[in-house]
Order: sequence, then structure tokens, then C-alpha cells
Amino acid sequence: MSIEIRGIRKTFGSFVALDNVDLDIRTGELVALLGMSGSGKTTLLRIIAGLEVPDTGTVRFHGENTTERSVRGRGVGFVFQHYALFRHMTVFENVAFGLRVRPRGARLSEAEIGGRVRHLLKLVQLDFLAHRHPSQLSGGQRQRVALARALAVEPKVLLLDEPFGALDAKVRMELRRWLRGLHDQLHVTSVFVTHDQEEALELADRVVVLNEGRIEQVGTAEEVYHHPASPFVYNFLGNVNLFHGRLEGGKVFIGDTALEVQETHEHAHPDANPELQRALVYMRPHNLEIDFQPNGRNHFPAKVKYINPAGPQVKVELMTDWGDRVHAEIAHERYRELGLKIDDEVYVWPRENKLFVYQI
Amino acid sequence: MAENFGFTNSKRVSRILSATAEPAPVRIALIALTLWFLALFLVLPLIAVFAEALRSGWRLYLAALVDSDARAAIRLTLLTAAIAVPINIVFGISAAWAIVKFEFRGKNLLMTLIDLPFAVSPVIAGMVFVLLLGVHEPAGAWLAAHGIRVIFAAPGIVLATMFVTFPFVARELMPVMQALGAEEEEAALVLGASGWQTFWRVTLPNVKWGVLYGAILCNARAMGEFGAVSVVSGHIRGLTNTMPLYVEVLYNDYQFAAAFAVASLLALLALVTLVLKRLLGRGESPEATHTEVESFQREAA
Repeated sequence: MSIEIRGIRKTFGSFVALDNVDLDIRTGELVALLGMSGSGKTTLLRIIAGLEVPDTGTVRFHGENTTERSVRGRGVGFVFQHYALFRHMTVFENVAFGLRVRPRGARLSEAEIGGRVRHLLKLVQLDFLAHRHPSQLSGGQRQRVALARALAVEPKVLLLDEPFGALDAKVRMELRRWLRGLHDQLHVTSVFVTHDQEEALELADRVVVLNEGRIEQVGTAEEVYHHPASPFVYNFLGNVNLFHGRLEGGKVFIGDTALEVQETHEHAHPDANPELQRALVYMRPHNLEIDFQPNGRNHFPAKVKYINPAGPQVKVELMTDWGDRVHAEIAHERYRELGLKIDDEVYVWPRENKLFVYQI
Repeated sequence: MAENFGFTNSKRVSRILSATAEPAPVRIALIALTLWFLALFLVLPLIAVFAEALRSGWRLYLAALVDSDARAAIRLTLLTAAIAVPINIVFGISAAWAIVKFEFRGKNLLMTLIDLPFAVSPVIAGMVFVLLLGVHEPAGAWLAAHGIRVIFAAPGIVLATMFVTFPFVARELMPVMQALGAEEEEAALVLGASGWQTFWRVTLPNVKWGVLYGAILCNARAMGEFGAVSVVSGHIRGLTNTMPLYVEVLYNDYQFAAAFAVASLLALLALVTLVLKRLLGRGESPEATHTEVESFQREAA
């Protein structure tokens, strides 16, 4: 079931939650809506589900306009952030709920319902807890019950609101992989909301980055990470160093340092004035190389201020001669090889010339 | 090692206790004060009621209760509660639902109005009904012309009781519904349930303890109400006397044993109410069962 979203706008009082959002979700795809809180990602998910009504715009399921259709008729499965399990029902009854409330004509027999529920509980590996109440389950177990309950009605679209938000890091990681496996098994069109870029990049076929009610970029994890369309996306998907510079003849000047810019690294604000030559220059800490010798071009001198060798990489904080702080992350081997100490004078350059330049 | 661990553990517990607890004399004084107060104002009168009722022996006690006027009073009281409580439940659920789930103008005004019967003296409530529906007033005259007598008759008693018990269920439910939020209902709708199904299968089971709790309090008040009912009843023996009114009539007639016998029934009702309330309070949190611990142990294993 494909989903086409066109011109969605939604306001709450004077707050614009979504502003003219267009999005296509293909059949069988697993899509992440990624953004900070207040970016409109959950509102968009609730509009797809029919739990919120947009001010303007349409949502089409497989070409059919569902904007006017009620939540009941949409055939979506929704997993709530805090699971919203029916607390007075057992796990079994929770999963059976969607089957029991069907109109009399379409209702399955008790035996069929039992069979379907047991099958689903086996799928989420919780068949041994069928007669427990939600309050007797751990967070991860509740999550999986919520998923089984949503899948029971055989939804054409599965929507998940921060599915791992309320779990601790270890369980989150496990469930993430498990959900990916489940999706590959079922192939139901799925959309999930997250504020965790790692989760989005690891789990989703495509990532939709939202910022202040607008879509910043849509693409595969690789596309959004390596070819961000805007400073926001670049910033949101990892740590950055930011400098103010001048863009002139294929080079960007920061203080007296000139760095070469490739076209693919160059982006411009829609209202940018090229004559002013002003630009923002972004570099990722793990793309920076440090050496005592200059590498010929694109390097700039800096002084080591702080070293933190704990963690998978060594974090080095340096001071450039134009007065900005730079954060770099280098491998432990490289750190030992250099024998880096505080107050060392070194040269820094972006590896493979990886820069993100944004003309303003 | 294990011993050592136990030692540090118990030490920490004792330190926490001493940090939060008052010094012993203060503790004893507070407990003594509470117990004295309870004994003086609650236990002693309660014992007095039963002692006085049974002073002339079981036979007189039972005779007082099976007297035809007493039976009529008990019947009227039960009838009043049987009408007022269900109506109050329906009203309470709809009012709580409206106030918690919808945003509308005048919501605060509605909440204040629901509390009005708590704020107004019951006597005034009774007076209002006499003023509105007495036979000398237009509405009352019209009803009387159609053969319906409200004031100095059972309908007036039911109306006055409904007025004073008005807020019980709604007040009890509002915080419960507020705390529950709308997520479970949204989940039910997404799963294809109709509004009705959502109400019966999700909302009501979730608030049933609140409804019962409110209904019990409402029932206790409906049976025990004196002031408002006294104004509209007219004290016609065997016809418009409820139990509290009948107790007063007997007392004024110097029939102390009989008065206390009926009073003891009301007191018994109060005790039953408290026990029920207590039992329901326990029912409200079925989560805290040992199986919870078990499930985590199994998880861990």
C-alpha cells in the first residue's frame, strides 16, 4: 500500500506544526520520520493514521483519498509511544481486541481468533505471557504486545510513534534489529517516528528529515548522511565543527586559510547573495586528519588544547590561529603513532577534502 | 561478604528512618492525639448508638424495626436511593466525559456548578424545590392539576436527594479520566472499534472503580440525607418519612429505643459503606501482585 501525502498543513492555535508537506511512501517500504521534538513528525504520523485532521492537503492510500475517512476505516496499525495497551485486559485479549470489535458479519469465530492471536504472539515471541496483564510485563514486552495488537487486524500500513523511545539502550538496540527482521518478513508498508538519527539511519529504507514543520530531505540513509541537502541535515546527523568564511573562486577562506571546495560540497541558501561571498563551513570531527607536517594543500595550523582518549576514538580539541575551536576524532593507533601532547603545534585538514559549504 | 553487605544495607535503612521520622515524644503525642480524637468523636458515639438501641433488649429492637411506619421509612429510603444513584451514575459519567474529553466555552463554569450542591446548605436546596414546585407556585400548580404531587410527597424527596448527591460520581471520575488520557481510546479506534464499543470495552472498564466508589458515596449520602429532604417531605408518618426523618420523629416522641434502633441501621449502613470503599480501594491497584516480580525473574533467567 503506497501513501501519497500532498500539501499537508496543520496548525495548533498559532503554532504551525506542519507546513505544506509532500511525501511519497512506496509499497512495502520502511520509512523513518526523523526530527527534533516540535518538528511535526508525530503530527504527520497521526495525520496519516487519521487521528489528526489536517487543515489543508490530502493523504492518499494507493491512490484513494482517505483524508475524509475516519480512523476506523483506514486499515492502519498504530503503535503508540507509551504502547497504550488496554490495562484491564490480558495480553491475549489486547491482541484479540481488533478482531472482536469487527461488525458481526465480518467477525471471525472464537477458534479462528484464538488461532490468529496465538500465531501473532508466537511471532513476537510472547506466547508464554498470553494470560498476563500489561502491568506485569517489562517495557520491551509491552512494546511487542502493542505491535502484535496492531498487526492483528492485518493493517495495510503500520505506523509506529517513537517505538523504542521509552526503552533502555540495550533493549532498544535488540528490538531495533528484531523489528527490521520482522519487516523484511512481513513487507507491510511501515512508517516510524524517531528523534534518534542512529535509529533512523540503521533501520529505515528511507529517512525523511523534518525541521520546523517542513521536510528538509528525503533519501536513503547513505544519501542523507553523505549528501545532506541542508546545514540542518548535516548538523542533525552527526557532530560538526562550524566556521564562518568567504567563498571566492572555488575556494573558501577562513581567516587566512584557503580550502578548496568541490562542487558537490557546495550548497546555497535560497536567498543567498553570491556577491557577498559569505559562507558557513562545516566539518565532521571524524573526517579531520592531524599531522605535524603540512600535507601540501587545504591544511590549517592549530594547537592541541585537550585530549580525551576514552572511547572508540581519541577526541582532540584544538585552537586554530584565527581563534576558533576545532574538534577532531582520530584512531587510537594514529594517536599513539603521533605521540600527541597538549600544546603541540600541528596541522589539520579535512580527509578526502570532506567539507560542507553553505552560501548565505 | 554477604554478611557485610547485609550490615551496610540495614545501616542505611536505619539512617533513612532517623532522617525522616520525628523524635519519639512528638511521635507518641501525635498518635495519642489522633487516637483520642477518633475515640471521642467516632467510636464512642457509634457504641452509644448501638448500646442505646439494644438497651431494652433484642425483642424491642426488632419490634421497632418491623413496625409498619419504620418499614415504610426503610422502603422510601431504599426507593429514593434506587432512583437517585443510577441517575447520578449516568449523569456523573457524562459530565466527567464532557469535562475531561472536550474543550468548550464555559467549562470552568460547568465545573463550578457541579460543585454547587457541596457548597449550598441542604436546607436551601430543599427550599428551592418548595419554591419551584409547591402547589402555590405555577409549575407546582400545573403538576398538581395533572394529579402529580411533588412537594410533601416521594417525588420531591427523590428530587432533593438527587440535588444534594449531584457531584459525587462526576467528582470521583474526573481525576481518574484525566489521569488515563485518551491514548487507549485512540488505540481502540485505530483497531476499528466504534465509539460505543470503545466506551463499553475500554473507557468504562478503566474507570469502573471510580464509578463504584462514587456510587457508594452517593448511596450513603442519598440514604442519610436529612436537611433537604426534611424541607420537602412534610413528615407524614408511613408516607413521606425517610429513615433519618423517622429517627427524628421517634426521638421527638420520646421513643428513644425505637429511634436508636432505626439510627443503628443507618450507622450500620455507614460502616458497610466504609468497608466496601476500603475493599474497592484495594481493587483499584491490581498491578501490585507477586506475579509481576515473577515475570521479571523469568525475564532475567
